[in-house]
Amino acid sequence: MKWRISMTIKQISVFLENKSGRLAEVLDTLGGENIKINALTIADTSDFGILRLIVNNFQKAVDALKVKGFTVNITEVIAVSTPNQAGSFAKVLRTLSNETISIEYMYAFKAENSAIIILRPDSIDLALNVLKKHKFSLLSTDDLQNL
Amino acid sequence: MSRDEMRACQSRRLVDMVERIYHNVPFYRNKMQEIGLHPEDIKDINDLKRLPFTTKQDLRDNYPFGLFAVPQSEIVRVHASSGTTGKPTVVGYSRKDLGTWSEVVARCMVSAGAHKHDVIHIAYGYGLFTGGLGLHYGSEKIGATVIPVSGGNTKRQLQIMRDFGSTVLACTPSYSLFLAEAMEDDGFVRDNYKLRVGIFGAEPWTENMRREIEERWKIKAIDIFGLSEVIGPGVSCECEYQDGLHVEEDHFVPEIIDPVTLEILPEGAKGELVFTTITKEGLPLLRYRTRDLTTLNYAPCKCGRTLVRMSKCAGRSDDMLIIRGVNLFPSQIESVLLDMSETHPHYLLIVDRVNNLDTLELQVEVDQLFFQDRISELQRLSKKIQHNLESTLGLAINVKLVEPKTIERSEGKAKRVIDKRKY
Repeated sequence: MKWRISMTIKQISVFLENKSGRLAEVLDTLGGENIKINALTIADTSDFGILRLIVNNFQKAVDALKVKGFTVNITEVIAVSTPNQAGSFAKVLRTLSNETISIEYMYAFKAENSAIIILRPDSIDLALNVLKKHKFSLLSTDDLQNL
Repeated sequence: MSRDEMRACQSRRLVDMVERIYHNVPFYRNKMQEIGLHPEDIKDINDLKRLPFTTKQDLRDNYPFGLFAVPQSEIVRVHASSGTTGKPTVVGYSRKDLGTWSEVVARCMVSAGAHKHDVIHIAYGYGLFTGGLGLHYGSEKIGATVIPVSGGNTKRQLQIMRDFGSTVLACTPSYSLFLAEAMEDDGFVRDNYKLRVGIFGAEPWTENMRREIEERWKIKAIDIFGLSEVIGPGVSCECEYQDGLHVEEDHFVPEIIDPVTLEILPEGAKGELVFTTITKEGLPLLRYRTRDLTTLNYAPCKCGRTLVRMSKCAGRSDDMLIIRGVNLFPSQIESVLLDMSETHPHYLLIVDRVNNLDTLELQVEVDQLFFQDRISELQRLSKKIQHNLESTLGLAINVKLVEPKTIERSEGKAKRVIDKRKY
């Protein structure tokens, strides 16, 4: 299991009611602890949302958010670095779907010379094996930090 | 009938009733023995105050048939209403009781101005709820044409009211407003309806609401009162003067007590309404505490009736809510949440009225331990809460998940309900 830990990323999920100012409170809390955010996305429904974050010091972030009374959950996700060119995301997803691995959600952002996909597959172990077998470049938390 | 004649009638019936329950209902025998009271001690209606009270809790403790005073073979009908912890409150009727019920409802219909030439449209739910069948048999008894539509399906209600020429509408006051609105929205014209009287009950309503109903439907809106424990609808009803509800006191003797000290209050004072059912056979109740707050007025009415009048109920001495005619105790919601492993009973119920229909929103806190990163899991949880509430309470409740600690914690009695309705 050692490598799995190094090859997955700890993502923080925060339950948020749809109330103005709640997101700012989360970000203020993290800023106040000098925590840097590497990636962020929000999934929303009519009543509530889930804020998903990848930060440079997840334990410190979780502690700070819990102290402020936020509902927090830690999830493992996979970060894949792809070449900055058309069709590269599709290649990753096609590879996974060929192995009947489904994606629960994903988000992506562009780095200097690459594009990064953050994935939450239904089976993280299977997805890691498949991606490694096909020689995709997987990033650790430190790798993300140093982009 | 003079007050003296009424009291003589009540005295006779009370003495007979106490004799019956002492010998047939162990619960009452024990209660009377505890305070050293014998049936012979009850000589007339003045002795009513010596008898013990009955509460909803007593009905629950003797669930389902423990307080029945006749063998089950003599019970010909059972009704039930929701209780405080998921167990319903069960009531049973002998054949004579059903006759009494029809009789009192028939009197109510007549005092409301209905007669044998009327077409009576009954939009109360039929079934375990006493509203539908109670109004039904009383309306048949006066010889009217009865349309047992039951609740729901507003378009069909309007069509039947128009095409069958309904002249009397029986439903909850809020539903009558909902119908009026639906009629206007659908482009139906009031002149195509023959409605002239509405008999409304099963929930509290104000004079303002009465005025609105009377204006929109151009009818006379009459208040009818009842509760299943006593018999169902037909315990009391207004007459054409709409100045208090005449209590059918030759069957149900009312008292007003202080809900804290349990002392009987003087005439005209506001307090908790208590009923003793002096003629019932199936489920006779001694001094049943209704929790409804009202006053009594023994002065004869302009209509000529001498029956005591109670004022429109003004609130309750407990936390029961009436939602679309259904009784709801906040503790019922709490027990549903406690029964689920994924929730804590931290909740806030927001009651409102939108387009004249009661709406319920339940805010439930998401606990750190059960919080999942998946939206689908959270939605599954809120659907499950909604489903469990609906199957236990018989009410559709919109569930909203909220962050922990957002619902105010308080020492002592928590604020669990916000009722935004303006009656």
